[in-house]
Amino acid sequence: MAEYKQILNNYKALPGGLLEAYHAVQGEYNYLPGEAVREAAAVFGVSASQAFGTATFYSYLKIGKRGRYIIRICESAPCHIAGAAEIITVLEKELGIKMGETTADGKFTLEFTECVGQCQATPVITINSVPYTDIKPAQVPEMLAQCR
Amino acid sequence: MAEEQRIVLRNADQINPAKLEDYLQAGGYQGLEKARSMSRADLIAEVKKSNLRGRGGAAFNCGLKWSFVPTDAEVSYVVCNLDEGEPGTYKDRIIVQKDPQQLLEGMAICGHAVNAKQGYIYCRGEYPYVVELLNLAIDQARSKGVLGDFNIEVRMGAGAYVCGEETALIESIEGHRGEPRFKPPFPGVSGLWGKPTVVNNVETFANLPQIVFNGADWYAAIGASTYPGTKVLTLTGDVEKRVFIEVPTNVTLREIIYNYGGGVKSGRRLKAVQVGGTSGGFIPEYLLDTPIDYDSMRSIGATLGTGAVFVMDETRDVVDIVTHIAKFFKEESCGKCNPCREGTFRCYEIMDRINRGRGTLPDIEHMIQLGKVMERVCLCGLGQASPSPILTTLQHFRYEYERKLIS
Repeated sequence: MAEYKQILNNYKALPGGLLEAYHAVQGEYNYLPGEAVREAAAVFGVSASQAFGTATFYSYLKIGKRGRYIIRICESAPCHIAGAAEIITVLEKELGIKMGETTADGKFTLEFTECVGQCQATPVITINSVPYTDIKPAQVPEMLAQCR
Repeated sequence: MAEEQRIVLRNADQINPAKLEDYLQAGGYQGLEKARSMSRADLIAEVKKSNLRGRGGAAFNCGLKWSFVPTDAEVSYVVCNLDEGEPGTYKDRIIVQKDPQQLLEGMAICGHAVNAKQGYIYCRGEYPYVVELLNLAIDQARSKGVLGDFNIEVRMGAGAYVCGEETALIESIEGHRGEPRFKPPFPGVSGLWGKPTVVNNVETFANLPQIVFNGADWYAAIGASTYPGTKVLTLTGDVEKRVFIEVPTNVTLREIIYNYGGGVKSGRRLKAVQVGGTSGGFIPEYLLDTPIDYDSMRSIGATLGTGAVFVMDETRDVVDIVTHIAKFFKEESCGKCNPCREGTFRCYEIMDRINRGRGTLPDIEHMIQLGKVMERVCLCGLGQASPSPILTTLQHFRYEYERKLIS
């Protein structure tokens, strides 16, 4: 795993590179380590509050550990009327956690998301940013089993 | 099935989007070549004359927007808004996935018009696979030299609806929190890193190669006269065919739902259609014969917006759906201005109370008053448009609210 210090430095010279650097760190860690955000403040010459302010503004960035598989369920209107709530019920039951939580083994995290732009086939979930469309509750256990 | 008219999607499924050669064989980059043979002033005048209006929702005359960039600016930027966050909308994703080079060509045409050497595409974080395709397309265009000295870089958003607002988008490219700026100054004068900047939507840029190549008069004659051309629409919800289509702007909503969309699912009756994304107004059945162009939609208190068409059948609970939408705006308000931060919070609070059967008549009156204030005083389009689903459903479907009130 690449060190976050190294990753941050790769973006130091890029104008407006803070957000790109966060993407790169999260691509490696699946989350933003709190120390990485403090380090980013130093690398990009901004205050710690600005570095944290940016990191916490965006819903895709998360400070602090989360699972290897991040499952996001769209709760926008087209998915809502297509039965997103039933998918949430099955996911919570199968994984034994509530939305926003991570399983004890650190494998899965459940998060809400707004529209992911795949509304031709609702409801939609994403697993590590890959969209899965037209999800039926009965498919969920098999989808989870595919995550290894 | 009614016929589409494809301009921005003319190459969709006809060429391999990952191959520049395919695009060139289909006549690609001839628009840019022609643009570069024109003076900047003539090019802007031509685009202005075509009456191409912004396809992101605000419908501002594209050429006019370009003309705000000072002619003596030493550095200026072209920014493409691919932060497609409006729920029910995926047309920009389709336009890019089917034909990425067309977008690059459109941006380069704009670059020539405003003397910019650098372009940015701000792509939403939900589309990492689109970022990959764009980077591939840019690499191919660069090695072939088709973009000349115009350079394009892709930047990725990170899940913030408000970044679709052009000044919030600029803040985000600069690496900050995506909060809208006070205007003026407008981006055309002071935008990215304080330099003159043109921000246009994907679909707007994608129209340019054909407009320049075929001429302004050709384009201005298509569709509705005050909002000419075509619009890419995405049909979602309770419609038989959940598809994307590109149609002239004088087509009516009824034709879209029943001819292109195959009607309401399972032969049910239509209750409402929300056009333009989640901030759009709800439209009842009796207004379906309205053309979709921006001005016709405005005249019935709705909006064309991004071109999302969300169909709801007779069984749907409008209050429940609007409560969900109110929650969306509460979550996505950036918090910079008080009317939006507090207003979206209170709208959701009241909607949720009504939806749970605990609302009262004064709740409805307060929400109407609040919504009207927000439309006028919120800093950006997010807050200004957010009460629209509430106000339009109270106008057309008030009985649905009243039957949920405490009796």
